[in-house]
Amino acid sequence: MDIVSEILKHNRLALAKGITAVENEYDNAVDIMTRIYAHTGHAYVIGITGPPGAGKSTLTDKIAKEFRKRGKTVGIVAIDPTSPYSGGAILGDRIRMMDLMMDSGIFIRSMATRGSLGGLSQKAGDAVKLMDAFGMDVILVETVGVGQSEVDIVKTADTTMVVVIPGMGDDIQAIKAGILEIGDLITINKADREGADKLNIEMEMMLELNNEKIAGWRPPINRTIASKDIGTVEVVDSIVAHRKFLMDTGKLADIRRERIKSEVTDMINVRVNRYIDKNVVRTQEFEDTIGKLQNREMEPYSVVDNIVSKVLK
Amino acid sequence: MANETLKAGFDKYMAEADAKCAKFPERANLEPNRLYTPLDLEGFDYERDLGFPGEYPYTRGVQPTMYRGRFWTMRMYAGFSTAEESNKRYRYLLANGGSGLSCAFDLPTQIGYDSTDPMAEGEVGKVGVAIDSLADMEILFDQIQLDKVSTSMTINAPASVLLCMYIAVAKKQGVPQEALRGTIQNDILKEYAARGTYIFPPKPSMRLITNIFEYCSKYVPKWNTISISGYHIREAGSTAAQEIAFTIADGIAYVEAALKAGMDVDAFAGRLSFFWNAHNNVLEEVAKFRASRRVWAKVMKERFHAKKAKSMMLRFHTQTAGSMLTAQQPNNNIVRVALQTAAAVMGGTQSLHTNSKDEALALPTTESVTIALRTQQIVAYESGLADTIDPLGGSYYVEALTNKLEKECWEYINKIDEIGGAPEAIAKGYIQKEIQDSAYKWQMDVEAGRRVIVGVNKFTQEEEPPKNLLRVDGSVGKLQAEKIAKVKATRDNAKVKETLDALEKACHEDESTNLVPFILAAVEAYATEGEICGVMRKVFGEFKAHTAL
Amino acid sequence: MANIKVLVAKPGLDGHDRGAKVVARALRDAGFEVIYTGIRLTPEQIAEAALQDDVNVVALSLLSGAHNTLFPKVVELLKEKGMNDVLVIGGGVIPEADIPGLKAAGIAEVFTPGTPTTKVVDFIKANVK
Repeated sequence: MDIVSEILKHNRLALAKGITAVENEYDNAVDIMTRIYAHTGHAYVIGITGPPGAGKSTLTDKIAKEFRKRGKTVGIVAIDPTSPYSGGAILGDRIRMMDLMMDSGIFIRSMATRGSLGGLSQKAGDAVKLMDAFGMDVILVETVGVGQSEVDIVKTADTTMVVVIPGMGDDIQAIKAGILEIGDLITINKADREGADKLNIEMEMMLELNNEKIAGWRPPINRTIASKDIGTVEVVDSIVAHRKFLMDTGKLADIRRERIKSEVTDMINVRVNRYIDKNVVRTQEFEDTIGKLQNREMEPYSVVDNIVSKVLK
Repeated sequence: MANETLKAGFDKYMAEADAKCAKFPERANLEPNRLYTPLDLEGFDYERDLGFPGEYPYTRGVQPTMYRGRFWTMRMYAGFSTAEESNKRYRYLLANGGSGLSCAFDLPTQIGYDSTDPMAEGEVGKVGVAIDSLADMEILFDQIQLDKVSTSMTINAPASVLLCMYIAVAKKQGVPQEALRGTIQNDILKEYAARGTYIFPPKPSMRLITNIFEYCSKYVPKWNTISISGYHIREAGSTAAQEIAFTIADGIAYVEAALKAGMDVDAFAGRLSFFWNAHNNVLEEVAKFRASRRVWAKVMKERFHAKKAKSMMLRFHTQTAGSMLTAQQPNNNIVRVALQTAAAVMGGTQSLHTNSKDEALALPTTESVTIALRTQQIVAYESGLADTIDPLGGSYYVEALTNKLEKECWEYINKIDEIGGAPEAIAKGYIQKEIQDSAYKWQMDVEAGRRVIVGVNKFTQEEEPPKNLLRVDGSVGKLQAEKIAKVKATRDNAKVKETLDALEKACHEDESTNLVPFILAAVEAYATEGEICGVMRKVFGEFKAHTAL
Repeated sequence: MANIKVLVAKPGLDGHDRGAKVVARALRDAGFEVIYTGIRLTPEQIAEAALQDDVNVVALSLLSGAHNTLFPKVVELLKEKGMNDVLVIGGGVIPEADIPGLKAAGIAEVFTPGTPTTKVVDFIKANVK
C-alpha cells in the first residue's frame, strides 16, 4: 500500500499506518511527510488544553459532535503522558469518545508523550498534517497543560482553548497563570460546581492583567457542563468567531507562519539533541569526563566549550 | 491496675515469643498482631458496643432469637437459558430444601433490551434467564405459588419492570400484591461504581427507585424494595472495609433521596435490605458483618433520626465470593464455600446463596448446585455454628477487628460526605479508583506470592480439563425471538400503544408522578421489556460511564 | 521507538471489568501503551478503535459466556478493515472446550481465571507482530 496516495484517497487504514510511521519513526516516515506536505494547510487546527481532571476529553467529544452537526469532518489527536517509571502509558481519552466510533467523518488518534527525546511536538504536528491531507476539516489536538512539550503543541494551533474547572485549589493557580496566556478561548467546564462564579471573576481579572495574546482579541469565557452537553454550541460559536477574526484581520497567516517556524525550529532541536545524546552523552568519554568533574580534576566550562566547538564544527 | 499487670505480662510474652518464633514470610492478609488480649479492647462497653441480639446497635444480630427461631433463608441464585429451563431448576431447588428463590436474569434483560435487539447478540440466556415479556414471567413461575415463596430478583436499572411482571403473574394466580414477599436488588449506584448494568443517568434512576419505595410502602408492604449491595463492590476488588463503607454510603444516598421526595423515614427504611459478600478470611468477614450492623444502626438513629427499631436494623443477604472461586482444582472450591458459609452464619446473615464449585468455568450444573445447597444444610444442622447467637462475640480478636472495620468505614463515609455524597463520589470516579487500586494490589500480591491461593500460585498440579459443564447453546436467542413474535401477534397492540404513550407522558412529569402504575399497565398489556425501557430511554437518555484507570 | 500498543476492550453487555482493568494497568506497568475502551461495546466499535490507533494487540475480556459469538466477530471485522497483523487475545470465564474453536477463529490465546498478568505480558512480547 502506498500510504500517501491512499491517504489522499481517504483510506482510513492508510491514515492509521501513516501516523504509526511517524510516531514510531519508521524508515518510510520521512518519505511520507515529504510527499504529504504539499497537500496540507487546509484544516483548521484547534488546541485544547487544561489541567488533569478538567474534563477535556469529554468536552472534545462534544465539540467534535457539534462540528459534525455543522457538516465538518473532524480529526482528533489526544495526547496522554507516558509513565516515567515503566515507559508505558494509559491512553484514556478514547473511552470518552466511543460514541464517535461509528462515524466515518471522525478519526481519533491516541498518542503517548514518550519521554523528552521523543519529539512529541513534531509527531503530533505530523499526525495533524496527515489528518489534514486525509481531508479532515477541523482537527482537535487535546493535551494536558502540564509540561512544556504538551503546551508547545497546542499553543501553535490556529485557535487555542484553555479548559479550567472550579474548586481545584491553590495548586492550580500556577497552571492557570502558565497556560492562560496561551488561550484564545477560556472554557470553565463543570460549571455547575460550586465556585464557578468566583473562578469566572478570577479569569476576568487575569485577562485584565495579561497583555493580549493577539491585539484586538479578548478571549471569551464560556461555561460548559460537558458531561451533559451544556454550553458546547457556544464554545463552537466562539471558535468560529475567533477563526473569523483571524481571517478578517489577516492574522491567521501570521499564526501559521509562526507555527511553521516553531515546527522547523523544533525539528532542528530534536535532531541536534539526538545527535548530541548519541555522540556525546552516551559515550564512555563523556562518562570519564563526568568522573573527572566530580573529582574536581576538570571544570565544566571548558569541557562544554570543547564539546560544543567539536559538535558545531 | 489489672491492666498494668496484664500489660507487663503481655510484653514479657511478646519478647519471649519473638525470640522463639521463626520469621514468617511476608503475607498480605496477616494482621499485625500475633495475639489479641483485653488490651486491644480498651474502653469496650458491652451494652453500648454490642447489646443483646435484636437490640440497638444490633452488633450481635437483628433478631432476638436468630437461628434458634429459624435458620437463614437458603436462597440459591439461579436462572439460565429460557424461562422453561429455569422454572425446572427453581422447582428442583424448592423440592430439595431451598427455602427461597433467587432469579438471575441474562444481561439483555438486565439492561432493558429485548432478546431480538442487536445489542443482545450472543448474550441471550447466558448469565441468567431471558425475560422479554409477561409471557416469559408466567412460565418462569409456573406451578410456584407466589404467596408461599419469597423471591429475590437481581435486577437493577429495569427493576420496576420486572417487579411489575412479578405482581402481574401473582394477580393471575389470584395472589394479591399485598401478600408478596421478596426483594428486588434495585441498587443503581453500585451499578455505576462496580457492576456496569446501568441504563439511565443517575437522576431519573433515583426517581425510579424512590417511586418504587413509595409504591411498595402502599401496596406491596412485605417487599424489600432495595438490596443495597456491597457484594459486587467486593467482587470488583475492594477490601472488606471498602465493601461496607461504599455500600452504606450508597444507602445514605437512597435514604436522602427518599426523604427529599417527601417520604417519612420510618415509612420505608424498614424495607431496605443489604447484600454482602462472604470472602475467604473467615474472622475478618464475621467482624465485617457485625461492624456493618453497628454502623447502619448509628446512621439511621443519629443521622436520620429514625424512630422505629426496624428502620435501624441492617438485614442482609449474603453470597459467597464468586471471585474467590478458582478454575484450577475446582473441587477445592467446595471447601472455600464451606468456610465462607461458616463466616456468613457466624456473622448472622438473613439469607445465603452458596456458589457452586464450577462457577469459575461456567454456569453450575444441577449436581454442583446441589453440593452448594447441601453445604448450607451441613453448616446449619451439623456444624453447631448456628446453635448459639453471635458465637464469636467477646472474642478479643473479633471485637478488635469489628472496631477496626467500623473505624475504617466511618473514615470513608466522612470522606464521601466531604466529596458531596456517594452519587458525587461516583461521578468523580473516587469510589471506582479506590476499588481499582485495591484490586490491583490484590493481584500484585498474588503474583508476588505475598498472597497464596491454593492451586493457583502454590500447590499447583497438572489436571485434566473439567467435564460436564453446563452449556447454554445459541438457540435460546432464536427461541426468544419466536416467543416475542407470538406475543406481538396475539396481544392487543392498540392497548400496548396506549399504555406506552401514557408511560412516556408520565416520564416527562416530575418525580411526584409515580411511574410504577404506568409500567404495570404496560406490562399487563404484554408490552415487552425492551419497549417499556425504550420509552424511558427516549425520555431519560442513557448513562455513559467515564472510567479512568 | 516502536512501543507496543494494546487495546483492552469488553465486547457485549457484561460489566465485570475488574480483570480488564487489572490487566490494563499491568500492561502499562510492563511498558506498553494501553488504550482502555471500557465496557458494553459492540465488535464494530472495538474494531474501529483498533484501526484508528493502529494497535498491535487487541485484548478482549468477557465473563458472560458470549465469547463464542463476540470474539470471532471482532477478528472478522479487523480483517475486513485490513488489520491483518493484529494479535487478538481473550480472557474471562471461558470453558476449556471453547478454546480450540476460538483459536481456530483467530484468537491467538485465551487466558482463563487465575492467569498471572505476567503471563499475558510475556505472551504479547513473544507473539506481537
